[in-house]
Parts: sequence; C-alpha cells; structure tokens
Amino acid sequence: MSQQSTTRTLRVNGEPQQVAFAVHHSLLEVLREELGLTGTKHGCELGECGTCTVLIDGKPVLSCLELAAECEGRSIETVEGMMQGNQLHPLQSCFADLGAAQCGYCTPGILLAAQALLAENDSPTRDQIVEALSGNLCRCTGYHKILEAIEWAAARLRGDDQYQPPNSAIYGDPVPGKQAKDV
Amino acid sequence: MSDAVHPDDEEGPVTSDQLRLIGTPFRRVDGRAKVTGQTRFADDLSFPRMVHMKLVRSTVPHANIVSIDTSKASAMAGVVGLLTGESMPDPFGILPVSQDEHALCIDKVRFVGDPVVAVAALTEDQAHEAALAVEVEYQPLETIATVEEAIATPEPRIHDYGDEGNLHKKLSMEFGDVDAGFEEADQIFEDVMYFEGNTHLPMEQHATVALTEETDRITVYSSTQTPHYLHRSLAKVLGLPAARIRVIACPNGGGFGGKSDPFNHEICAAKMALTLGRPVKICLTREEVFYCHRGRHPVLMKIRTGVKKDGTLTAQHLQTALDGGAYGSYGVASTYYTGALQTVTYDLPKYRFESIRAFTNKPPCGPKRGHGTPQPRFAFEVHLDKIAHQLAIDPAQLRLQQLVAADSVTSNWLKVGSMGLGKCIEAVVEGSGWNQRHGKMPEGRGLGLACGSYLSGAGLPIYWNHMPQSGVQLQLDRSGGVALFCGETEIGQGSDSVIAAITAEILGIDLKDIRLCVADTDLTPVDLGSYSSRVTLMAGNAAIEAAERARTLVARGAAKKLDVPARELVFAEGRVFHGENPEHGLSFQEAVIEAESRFGTLGTTGSYTPPRSPGRYRGAGVGPSPAYSYSAAVVEAEVDPATGIYRIEHVWMAHDVGKCINPALVMGQIEGSVYMGLGEAMMEEQVFRRLPKKRSGALVHKHPSMLEYKSPTFAEMPPVTSYIIEDPDPNGPFGAKEVGQGPLLPMMPAVANAIFDAVGVRVDQVPIAPHMIRQAIEAREKGKPGRFGPKSFPEIEFGVPLKVPTPAEGGDGKATNVDDAGVRSGTGTMTERKDAVKGEN
Repeated sequence: MSQQSTTRTLRVNGEPQQVAFAVHHSLLEVLREELGLTGTKHGCELGECGTCTVLIDGKPVLSCLELAAECEGRSIETVEGMMQGNQLHPLQSCFADLGAAQCGYCTPGILLAAQALLAENDSPTRDQIVEALSGNLCRCTGYHKILEAIEWAAARLRGDDQYQPPNSAIYGDPVPGKQAKDV
Repeated sequence: MSDAVHPDDEEGPVTSDQLRLIGTPFRRVDGRAKVTGQTRFADDLSFPRMVHMKLVRSTVPHANIVSIDTSKASAMAGVVGLLTGESMPDPFGILPVSQDEHALCIDKVRFVGDPVVAVAALTEDQAHEAALAVEVEYQPLETIATVEEAIATPEPRIHDYGDEGNLHKKLSMEFGDVDAGFEEADQIFEDVMYFEGNTHLPMEQHATVALTEETDRITVYSSTQTPHYLHRSLAKVLGLPAARIRVIACPNGGGFGGKSDPFNHEICAAKMALTLGRPVKICLTREEVFYCHRGRHPVLMKIRTGVKKDGTLTAQHLQTALDGGAYGSYGVASTYYTGALQTVTYDLPKYRFESIRAFTNKPPCGPKRGHGTPQPRFAFEVHLDKIAHQLAIDPAQLRLQQLVAADSVTSNWLKVGSMGLGKCIEAVVEGSGWNQRHGKMPEGRGLGLACGSYLSGAGLPIYWNHMPQSGVQLQLDRSGGVALFCGETEIGQGSDSVIAAITAEILGIDLKDIRLCVADTDLTPVDLGSYSSRVTLMAGNAAIEAAERARTLVARGAAKKLDVPARELVFAEGRVFHGENPEHGLSFQEAVIEAESRFGTLGTTGSYTPPRSPGRYRGAGVGPSPAYSYSAAVVEAEVDPATGIYRIEHVWMAHDVGKCINPALVMGQIEGSVYMGLGEAMMEEQVFRRLPKKRSGALVHKHPSMLEYKSPTFAEMPPVTSYIIEDPDPNGPFGAKEVGQGPLLPMMPAVANAIFDAVGVRVDQVPIAPHMIRQAIEAREKGKPGRFGPKSFPEIEFGVPLKVPTPAEGGDGKATNVDDAGVRSGTGTMTERKDAVKGEN
C-alpha cells in the first residue's frame, strides 16, 4: 500500500487547517488522527452505519468513504463546531435533556445529519426526519428520543419557545385507570 | 466526643420522603459531553510514541497449528513487535470454571477469527500489512457446526474439559415431585421452540490502549463493561501483581453484554506494551467485533406443562440446548439462566429443568441483554398463548390468575420481593384495547401479549468471595464540592447519573457540585461491572450508605455551630438548616467547613452486598437477585397473508421499575429494550454457513458486517406507548429496580403471539421471517398444522436430576440426593467454594 503523503489545507469548522496525511486516508482518519477531532466516531468504516457523518458544504457525508485529499476547498463541519460560543446548539441541548444520547457514540453523526435537515426544512414532519436519518444506526435509544429531540430543537430554532416535548416522552404515558384510582 | 453540643448528636439526619431530585427528569451528568464530542471513548485516546496493533486471526474453524512464520512480517517497514501464544501460556476466562481462552492460540484454533499472532507497527496501515504477511500453517480438524453435531461427535473434543465429549455443560434439576404435578393436570401441553443466536452490535468497536509507567507497572484503558474482571485476568496472564495493573474502563459506546468478558485483544495490548515499553493501541474492525461476539446463544427448547381445565399450571419440564460456540465465556451461567427465571412470574409449583451447552466451532456466545432468559421466556410466553387459546381462556386472564405473590419464595428457591406484573398486564391490556380487539380484528391484524422478568443484579459475584459487590467513596472539602469514587462503568445506561443523583439527593446539593471518578481500578472502590442490571441497585445502595455517612459527619459539624441536634438538620437546596426553622442554617459549604474544622479531612465509604438467597443446592447461585423487575407488552401486527410480510404497528410496554431515579433515563431504557427486542423478533441473527468442500469446507460467518446483519433503522421503529409502573422494592435504592434488560424480554413472544392473532398460524422460532409465516399458512391450507418451527428436541440422557424439595413441600433449600444425582451442577470451582466456606467459619 502506498505510504505517499500529501499536504492540504482543509477548512474545518470555519478554520483553515494545514495538514499532512497519507494520500489514501479517509476524511474520518484525518479528522481523528491528524487533527485530533475525535468527536467524529466510526462504527464500521465501510459506509454502513452512519456514525462518522460530517457535513461537507452543508450536506451530510460519510467521512469514512470520503478521501481527505478531495476535501480541499470544501467546508467541513464536525460536532466540535456545533456549539455557539459556550452555549450548546439547540439540537445538542435538546438531545442532552431528553436522553437522546445514551452511550453517545452515534450521537455526533446524528446531530450533524439533523442539522443539515433543519437547515433545509425548519419544520420537518416526523416522516421527513425518519427519512433523513434512516442511514444512521443507533443501538441504545430505540430512536424515539432522537425524533422528539429533533422536533423540539426545530421548534426552538424557529423561535417557538412555547413548544415542549410531550410529557409522555419523559414520564411515560399516563397509566390507564391509575389517575381515576388516585383521585 | 467531649465537645458534643448535644448528647445525642452522633445520630445523623434521616432522608425525607420529600425527594427533590430522585424521580424528576434531570439532564444526565454526561449529557453535555456526549453531545459535544468531548466524551473520550477508548479509541479516542492517543499518547506520544503510541504504536498500533493488529491480530492475525484464524482462517479455519478448527485446526491444529502446525507452524507460524513471522519472518516476512517482522522484516516489514514500521513493524516493532510480534507476539505469539507461547509468550502468554496462562489461560483465562470470565468464569473460574471455564479458564479456556488464551490471549493468542497456542496449539489449536477453534473458530474462524480465533487470534494467533499479534503484530505492532508504527502505523495502523503498517500493522495491517504485516498481519497479512504472517504465515500460519494449519492441520484441519473435524468441524462442529451445531448442537446436534456436538452430541453426535464426542471426538475430537474442541476442549479437553467439560461435562462430556463436546458438551461443555450438562445439568438436570428437579424442584418438587414433577411427575405428581403432571398427574394433577387435566391436560399436558408440549412445544419445541428455537431462538436463533444474535449479537450485540454496539456502535463502538472494541478498543484498548495500554501503556507502561514502570517496567512492571501498566495502565490499560479499554471499552469494557467489567474493568474489575479484566483486572483479574490481566494479573493472571501477565503474571503481575494486581496492584501494579491499573484498568480504566472508558465510557462504552454501547455494550449490551458484548464487552463483559476479558478479551484476548486487551491482554495482547498490555503484553505488547510491556514488551515494547511504549503505548499500544488496538481498535477492532467491525468484522472482528462479530468474531468477538459473546452474544445471544442459539437455544433449542422443549417445554412441557401440566395444566388444569381452569388454566392453573401444575408442573413444567423444560429442556434447553445451547449452542455455545468455541469457548466457555459466561456459558455455564447462561446455561442455568435458560431455566432459572421461569418461576418468578407465574406460580409453577413443580419444575424440572434439564440443559446442555455444546461447544461448536463458531465465535463464543455469552451474555446479551437478558442473559440466557429471553430464549426460555419466548418459549414460555408463546406456549402460554397456545394454552390459553386451547382452553378458551383470555391470555391476559390466564396470567393474572396465577401471578407469583409478592414476598414469596418460588419452587426453585428464588426470593421474590415486590411484584408489579399484575399492574403491568392491566396497563397494557387497558391501553391497547385488548379486551375489545384481541381475537376480534379482521384477518391480517392481530394483538399479542407477553410478559417477562429480570434480575436487578445477580445475587452472587462471578468468583466466590465475601467482599462487597459495589463500593462508593466520597471526599468532601472546604470547596463545598463532593468527589464521588465508584468502580461502576458507564455504558450508556446512565449509571453515572444514578449514583450522582442519589448522592446529591441525600446531601441536598446540586448535581453539578459532584465530581465523578469512575471505573478506575487504581482509584475507585471495586464494583463488579455493568452486567446483570446490577448497577442502579448495588452501586446505588453503596452510594446511599456513603452519602448518609457523609451527611452525618457534616451534620455533626453544623450542629455545633447552629446549636441544634444533628438529627434535626435538613440537607436541601445546597443548605443545611434546622427542620423546624429553615431560616436557621448554613450553606452546605459552610457546614462542610465546620465539619472539616472539627474532624479533619472528610471522607466516607459505602458498600453493598446482596442478601443471601434461601437456595442451598448446587446451582442455586444462578437466579437469585435482590429484586426482580417485571414487564408486560402488547404488540399490534399487520400481516399480509399472501406474502407473510408483516409490520409492527404499535407496542404497549409496561415496566415495573420499583421507583424511577430519573424517569427520562427509565424511558430511554424501555424504548431501547423494545427496539432491541423487535430486532431479535424480526431480523437479527448471527448465523454461519459451510463453504463448499472445494473452497475449504470451512464454517464461516454468514454476514459479519452491519449491512448484512440486519438491525432496525429509524424506519422500522413503531410507535411505543410506555407505562412506568412503580412498585418500590425494599431492597432497591429509594425502591428502584432494574430497567435496562427486562423490557426486552416480552417483545419476541409478543410479536409471535400477535402474528398468530393476525393470521392464525404459529411461528415457534425467532427471528420470524415472512417466508416462515407463509410456509405455516401453506401448511394449514394443506390440512397440516399451521406452524413453522423446529420439529424435535434431541434425545439426551440427562440421568437422575438433582432433587430439591420446594418450600411448599417443606424443603430447606437443599438437594436430597447430592451423591446420586446424574450430572454435576455448580458454578464455581470446588477450591473456590471450599475457600469461601472456610472464610465463613
């Protein structure tokens, strides 16, 4: 295998980074190993799980399948770039509050895929969110908390501060018959 | 004590019933780190001069190793180290009775993927290329692919230990006079069922980084659920004192049981680091994760139950046959677990359980979410659905009329405490409209009900000892902050948040004022690990003890200053104040300063050991738990009879969690369990195939990739209505029981039962594929039974069972025929057992 090296300037989270790497290395490898941006995770390195999703020019891309050498001149966004100053992005905040991140390993990729969706559509339906995220696997959550967190974050990004996730998402559904008995 | 203001100030405050944090939805303590990419998983770690390691894995399923040639590899660019099995001759394994693994195979390989050589190089690419250049010559041995083949092929043995031939474990136990129980029955029902193997598929691939600090001192970071057990295995194989080995479990990117064994790659990384004197990292590829496996055992089951006309169960005889794969792993415990928890849901007055676990030339099976219990639970719950249908009794009613009583002891001597299954059934029956809709919907639409129960921690540790199973240490100082040390491991379930919340509740402080240090064998008190749903209950109780002791210390300090008896002080809102006069108080920080001034440096500990189980027979160690959780599910399915293609339209799940520490976390575990159970019911399977003879005839993994190993995506997840039932258990912290595994159990049988309600045919195995439904429909159309599933259970001579009279028969928990029982039972080595008994005397 060629160990030929190349040097490129990559624009990551708005900042230019000059970086040298083996020419055959993926964007995933360069982000994690050369730039130390380990927030981008990997689950298969074969393009099957969506875990390594980053945004390139605003579009979700599997960084394990993207050659870093081809990313010069494009805008790369990773989870490390989501925060606004010392404040969480609404997606991050809603994920943390609802427990949409359990082990947190698939979370960076899903946050970025969701960010790309909300940039195109500020009021996606449940089906549209499912469609946009169907390439991202999560083994912990059963997906519902993620969907609810994205809907909550979408509302906040639209400026709708009244919106609250359904009570049932946090406390479970009212146990049938229980309320009557309690009263 | 001479300076005491009040004579009774030794007593601390008591915890109020008015909880402020427990039971409320708070953001998990690691929530922010996990959404910003700050959480450091094992593969995120990097150290100066770190090298990368790869394992050369067997390409054949069963063979003697004839020769290993590393000469080409060692000459390759960047290669710095090579290890073979001779350098680590001591065997290891999670259970004391199954020390059958080597860090690298020495004489023999036992499955495709068994590691033979470890290679380290400056870059991962170089290590990969060098691994490809290692030449291993194999002399193939006969391959065993299934339980049936293992029974039929006692020689050659895959291992030179085990109960007989290629049977790793064989056991037979009888609780009460089962024959008499069957005679009392009006009808005897019998089913043969099959549960296919499946794997955990955590999103994070296992990774380990090892580095030396001294020539004989090493630190190992790893994605492990059980740092304590890894610590023990490292000490054994490396031959280093345990005190010179530090294991730090990084947060796991999902575990589900798949990171609970000590692994060969972890030991190799440590050995390589000790050899090279520089940091070594290995991160498994996804393909290798499939080889590590330790997933759900494939289990064939025969279940036979005596039933009275009114549906009362009189006796059950359960036989299970586990396909264990190539190594022991947790398999002896898994074998017992395929029988142990059959008794904790419905009264089963007499019960016989027989089981075998076979060695086969496939990746080793082990514990996956529910550990050994989902398979017999599937069989039991589908079997009950058939019984209900035959007897024309409503399936919910059949269960409700014979629930195990709270605070009772089962026929196999398990002590049940709180028992909320009745409430769970009532909730899902009501919520799903069961009474109006079950059996009454148009062809193609059906409802299925099933239940389950799980441990809140295994009652016994994996190795025999009398030490605590969990410990917490608190350190308080004048900053007002509290440092919490605990060996528990965060695998995504939220255990960090649980122990922090319990401590914050008792000390009345903000979660943010607690600094956690967890899962570090140098710094944290031992906790046995994140398995068997044990952490909330065990580490939670240890945290309560440590926090109450800390509160007493601080209260005594504050009492003097406030001139109030310590026991009358209240800790809340970051203050310590007089309960009768809340204005009269100190900030928590001021109170700590008073205590530190009076007592010196402040620290407390707490620990937890489960209550002793009443069972005294050999094998009674598997099944006991301080508390059992209960779950009930109703699943609604839409089935196309023309194709067998089905969808799950809705799931109603009720789970008795005892008490929510944090409802948001509880909901996450319920929904995650529903999801994983649906995957097992509908699609997930770890299966193998033989290559044609001309292509080596090897037994290979059918699909070691995420693309082919099907698991549910966002698109397959149906709506879930979740009911949290709180039936507090006196053994749980604030009454809490487990939630991480229990709600998975009812899913598979509920799906099978819903399919029956929809199209009137039975699929007696999982995963349920459309062609199985279709074939069952076709069979029915031809006048045969409308069923798809296994036809028979193998003939096995189990010998005389270990006979244990039940509590109702006046038994004392002991077996009556220890000497003449036909098969050995037990989970620990005899030496360990004797040592443990000696310790008691």
